[in-house]
Amino acid sequence: MMQPMQDLLVSLPLVRAELLLAGFALVGVLIGAWGGDRVFGLLSALGVAALAGAGLWAVIDAPVAPAQIFQGAMVIDGLGVFAKALIGFSAAAALALGADHFARDKDPRFEFPIMLALAALGMFVMVSAQDLISLYVGVELQSLCAYVLAAWRRDDALSSEAGLKYFVLSAIASGLLLFGASFVYGFTGSIHFDAIASAAAEGGGVGLLFGLVLMLCALAFKMSAAPFHMWTPDVYEGAPTPVTAFFAAAPKVAAVVLMARVLYEPFAGFEPQWRQVVVALSAISMVWGSVGALMQTNLKRLMAYSSIGNMGFVLMGLASGVAEGPASALIYLAFYLPANIGIFALILAMRRNGVPGETVEDLAGMARSRPWMAGLLTVLLFSIAGIPPFAGFIGKFLVFRAAIDAGLIWLAVLGGVAAVVAAGYYLRLLSSVWFSAPAPRFDPASFPIAAVATAATALVFPILVLTLGSLQSWAEAAVRMSF
Amino acid sequence: MNWLEMVSGLREFLRDWPLLSIVTFLPAAGALLVLGARASLPGENPGFDRGVRLITLIVTIVTFIASLLAFAVFDPSDSAYQMVESTPWAFGLAYRLGVDGLAMSLILLTTFLTPLCILASWSIEKQVASYMVLFLILETLMIGVFCAQDIVLFYFFFEAGLIPMFILIGVWGGARRVYAAFKFFLYTLLGSILMLVAIVAMIAIAGTSNIEALAAYARDTGFDPNVQIWLWLAFFASFAVKLPMWPVHTWLPDAHVEAPTAASVVLAAILLKMGGYGFLRFSLPMFPDASHFFTPMMFALSVVAIVWASLVAFRQLDMKKLIAYSSVAHMGFVTLGIFSGTMLGIQGAIFQMLSHGIISGALFLCVGVVYDRMHTREIAFYGGLVHRMPVYAAVFMLFTLGNVGLPGTSGFPGEILTMVGAFQVSVWAAAGACLGVIFSAAYALTLYRKVTLGVIENPKLAGIADMEAREWITFGPLIVATLIMGLAPSLVLDFTNASAQAVASAFSGAEP
Repeated sequence: MMQPMQDLLVSLPLVRAELLLAGFALVGVLIGAWGGDRVFGLLSALGVAALAGAGLWAVIDAPVAPAQIFQGAMVIDGLGVFAKALIGFSAAAALALGADHFARDKDPRFEFPIMLALAALGMFVMVSAQDLISLYVGVELQSLCAYVLAAWRRDDALSSEAGLKYFVLSAIASGLLLFGASFVYGFTGSIHFDAIASAAAEGGGVGLLFGLVLMLCALAFKMSAAPFHMWTPDVYEGAPTPVTAFFAAAPKVAAVVLMARVLYEPFAGFEPQWRQVVVALSAISMVWGSVGALMQTNLKRLMAYSSIGNMGFVLMGLASGVAEGPASALIYLAFYLPANIGIFALILAMRRNGVPGETVEDLAGMARSRPWMAGLLTVLLFSIAGIPPFAGFIGKFLVFRAAIDAGLIWLAVLGGVAAVVAAGYYLRLLSSVWFSAPAPRFDPASFPIAAVATAATALVFPILVLTLGSLQSWAEAAVRMSF
Repeated sequence: MNWLEMVSGLREFLRDWPLLSIVTFLPAAGALLVLGARASLPGENPGFDRGVRLITLIVTIVTFIASLLAFAVFDPSDSAYQMVESTPWAFGLAYRLGVDGLAMSLILLTTFLTPLCILASWSIEKQVASYMVLFLILETLMIGVFCAQDIVLFYFFFEAGLIPMFILIGVWGGARRVYAAFKFFLYTLLGSILMLVAIVAMIAIAGTSNIEALAAYARDTGFDPNVQIWLWLAFFASFAVKLPMWPVHTWLPDAHVEAPTAASVVLAAILLKMGGYGFLRFSLPMFPDASHFFTPMMFALSVVAIVWASLVAFRQLDMKKLIAYSSVAHMGFVTLGIFSGTMLGIQGAIFQMLSHGIISGALFLCVGVVYDRMHTREIAFYGGLVHRMPVYAAVFMLFTLGNVGLPGTSGFPGEILTMVGAFQVSVWAAAGACLGVIFSAAYALTLYRKVTLGVIENPKLAGIADMEAREWITFGPLIVATLIMGLAPSLVLDFTNASAQAVASAFSGAEP
């Protein structure tokens, strides 16, 4: 073991991305304290740069071999880098959307970019966690910021309710996480993943399994997998839309990658046991997510169920063994994220005379009144539904392949049926967009919305997918390096 | 220089061109062109719409010419896949194109019919640019299905075709268009998603996604017979819905009735053929044991489809619905021929697919002609059209007789070959199919009598005008094709001989 001081000196250069986020948050608070809400625009711009920069920096600094830092509390490796890139860019997109939204709502508060950056920092810690303490600290930093963000419109009853509901339920999940972690610690005598892994290899017993299941439940809550999804529709609906866009993207990546770490690092030896749990979570999420969305009229609630269903597909990948599972889940997320953020950007664009609309009826006749927006939305919805030629299909294809190679054929068939049901409600949106008589025209989309939606569409578009073949090698190399 | 030399010179010249990619993606490039024009010239003005129609027509004609070049390069005596283009891609898959006689003939059918569909769509006034863009994308995807030599690429095109069709039916369709569009999309998607799972399983077992290599694996090693049953069923789910077979045909009448004329033509003429193509390309050569196992079921379903759909067609009040049910019956002949597994039956099935593509397409266009004028498809509304529209009556007569399978039209060789092929395997199935031929004469001729013969009783028909020049141009090539295929069927049969032989030998190789 290195000397603490020496260890710190070695570690700090490796966490430049995290330091950038933390530095932005601290300096941002100072600037905000001095300038008040007038500096909202400036701080948002800086925040977008910091988040995108952190994502980019993580990729630039990507190591060739896993590097343990802070005395083994965290690791910088391929899996973490992949996740950080996704988190950084999706959070930057959400912040750009939020800056535009709150400025137009005349509700600029300078804390917004800072809270978002801190939440992203928490996720960066989550995806690099190598022991139970950094795991918990990362989860809590992320969650605390998320509660505040959900209740951002404190004068609005729905938003406050969303924040409170999220806080209470999420606190229970955090309790479960701690409870499970304490079991794990109690039965293995260590908080470090490597030590837990070697203890688990010697058996570990029911106590360890109990701890693992409790931790899995908590993580399932954080990624809104059914049956731990109850908070999702209410929070998605109540929170301001840019915050919902953020919730639907970055925290999912963090929770999924953290779960992958927990499953394949300390508990790799328990694969037969945890596979049953993850398969059950996956099956229930896919079915519940697709059926629950069918009758929704509010777009944000509908997208909440859609995210539950999509998490089911990601879990199908995670359940499928180390050879293909985690890589397929990562690629699935990499294609799910842009589609999701793009759709929320277009929901944000649904304003008439400044009044936002967020129901399915508001979409009516968009193909005639705003043909380009309608075209983008069509591509994004078909991608998220997993219909070729768009990128979402590749994600579904890969998780199916992972599941079938792992012998989970029934799960793949169930996933297929769930995807058809889910296509039903995506088609309902498209039917409103294309087939209904036009409702009054929306206001022109602002630049950030148009930019985010166009970039997202470009990312799921087939021609770019063809050139993105390197994504696969990147994801697979990342998983190989980590597990 | 004589023409043999010219052809060989042309072959030499074109050999290194990626002709299949060009044919496949030309329409998509045209779609981009139209989109670009739309972006630079916003607003719906009539001059712009005319320009878009013209651009689309030119693009589809150029595509047809490009496919003729591919046809010139193609060597029908060779049973291997030709003009193969292969570029490896991520995830162990490849962008791989190639054609045999079966695929080439269906590609020609597609590129031949699409310009005619564009001509038939001249009367579309609503959102012309979007309509044409979707149609061009649809053409790319349809050609792609027949070109694809990687099974995942095949699925890519196969399922992507649902998107433009969904929007075409839903935006430009009739009164119940939204219902029909949903039914079409979800029905087909449910079938094909099961096929996707089976495709993934096949790749896992055989270790390749190359269609040629999969067929070779099936021939040399063979999938485990118990596994074959499940894989066969999953593919069946997809192709039976697409074809469609009784009892999963119910989306077809709805989709046909509500779709705009040109979309009906494409649906009947090409999209349905993807089902038959799938059986010939995958089910028979790759799962021969399972195909033998299910042959009695397929015969039964085919005969039921032929007889039952013909009877239902007889009772229809809507012209398009009647033709839709007649399509179900004719597709029954296709499955009958395919699963007879004999050379004659398979040749007949392929011929029947091509002929049905032309005849049913032409019949939908015939309905479109009077629908454009009167905006109703109700049979009872019409009557006595021969007095006002003699040319139309003659054209309609020709295609009605083709639909019945009169010798001399393209409808005849396909039906007779499939029945002879089926007769070699099952007398009862052939007998049932014969019954269907009689019924088809009954409903088709009754439709013709009610619409065109008699006296004009409906005063609204007094001013109806005969076919105009644009419609003449639309029907001309179809008439020529019907007669050529009817009088000289060997032109087509020689062309598809090698692929039919390959399928038949793969199937009979697994004789239990």
